[in-house]
Amino acid sequence: MEDLSGILRNHPFMKDLDENYLKQITGCASNVVYQEDEVLFKEGDKAEKFYLIRSGKVALEINGRDKGNLRILTIGPGQILGWSWIVSPYKWHFEAHALEEVRAIALDGECLRNKCEDDPKLGYEMLKRFAHILEQRLQSTRMQLLDVFKRV
Amino acid sequence: MFLNVCKHFTKMTENKSGLIKSDPMIPESVKVKKIFWETEDVFTIELVYDGEEKRNFNFKPGQFNMLYAFGVGESAISISSDSTKKGSLLHTIHKVGYVTSELSKLKKGDIIGLRGPFGSSWPLEDAKGKDICIIVGGIGLAPLRPAIYHILKHRKQYGKFTLLYGARTPRDILYPVELESWKKKYDIQLEITVDRSDSTWRGHVGVVTTLLNYVDCNPDNTRAMVCGPEIMMKYAVDELIKHGVAEKEIYVSLERNMKCALGFCGHCQYGPSFVCKDGPVFSFSKVTDIFEIKEL
Repeated sequence: MEDLSGILRNHPFMKDLDENYLKQITGCASNVVYQEDEVLFKEGDKAEKFYLIRSGKVALEINGRDKGNLRILTIGPGQILGWSWIVSPYKWHFEAHALEEVRAIALDGECLRNKCEDDPKLGYEMLKRFAHILEQRLQSTRMQLLDVFKRV
Repeated sequence: MFLNVCKHFTKMTENKSGLIKSDPMIPESVKVKKIFWETEDVFTIELVYDGEEKRNFNFKPGQFNMLYAFGVGESAISISSDSTKKGSLLHTIHKVGYVTSELSKLKKGDIIGLRGPFGSSWPLEDAKGKDICIIVGGIGLAPLRPAIYHILKHRKQYGKFTLLYGARTPRDILYPVELESWKKKYDIQLEITVDRSDSTWRGHVGVVTTLLNYVDCNPDNTRAMVCGPEIMMKYAVDELIKHGVAEKEIYVSLERNMKCALGFCGHCQYGPSFVCKDGPVFSFSKVTDIFEIKEL
């Protein structure tokens, strides 16, 4: 059976990461499984973790108040769920729930933040990787805003 | 002189596609066999030759016809049926303007004019042995449907086959029954995403390019075909290149205001090319420099 560091090494987010960093990150990691429709976190909750999705699909929803819940994104295998752990005040902006059984590696945000503070090179590496994800999400959101398939 | 030019051009067109047999400026009468709505604003018309219902239509996947609503006008519409099925022809049409609105009101037995087929086709022959990645958005699935039929029919001649399809909402997904059957019957990775949905949708949500994260193909041996709104194609091409697919292996289908469909009138000029005659399917490497010029 593949151990935690092996799983982490094979996740696209950790591609080409220095072995020493991988070892440090493994210390903050745990294996998690969520059943279909189970809630991973709710809007406003403390963002204590982020997830490396291994299998299954997670839906991110925003509460539109009188408009009801609006699903804005799904996240699947090989992707990262959650960046609020890295940005103060560490609170979730969306609700996430499993659309099917989800297997993931959960990374403890506080644990990793402390390691990043202690080793700025690790911190910079993490920030570079998250900046890439944030850029992708921002571009996707802009595309969604353009509403290119809108009825005329 | 003009007649000579016309004759010369007709001959050229015949040489290129081998399909146009009569004067390409004169429409032929075709009869509506069936018309049905795919979504709230997209419908499909099935056409047969008026009075010669057994006569075959010939076209290549990716080509388009000029459909003429008599007394109203013509519109360039991609052919969306299986090119090997003879006798009738399907066009899936987005009701967006005056002509397409008139076409949407047609009934069984009504007659319209048809000129075509025109334009270039999807490069399927020299893609044999390669992985195929098709990225489509909205009505862009329709012009690629004949290519998909071809690949599925000759499935063993191609490598991994991926179809990524983005729609606005779950209600806007075209050909949902057929998509489901392709997934069940064939060796195809089919991923569908919508830009927005409520909680009842169990599939992907997000722009179509995000689906590339789930694709497992060899970028060094992949032929990509992209069709949809131009801004979507721009992002899709950028993502394909980021994933390592070579520009020369990426093909896009462009849309412009086509009038004559023969490269005479110049309405669809796109830099040094005419979309009607040199396109609508272009190798991205041929249009790279002008693809991002918004005025074009």
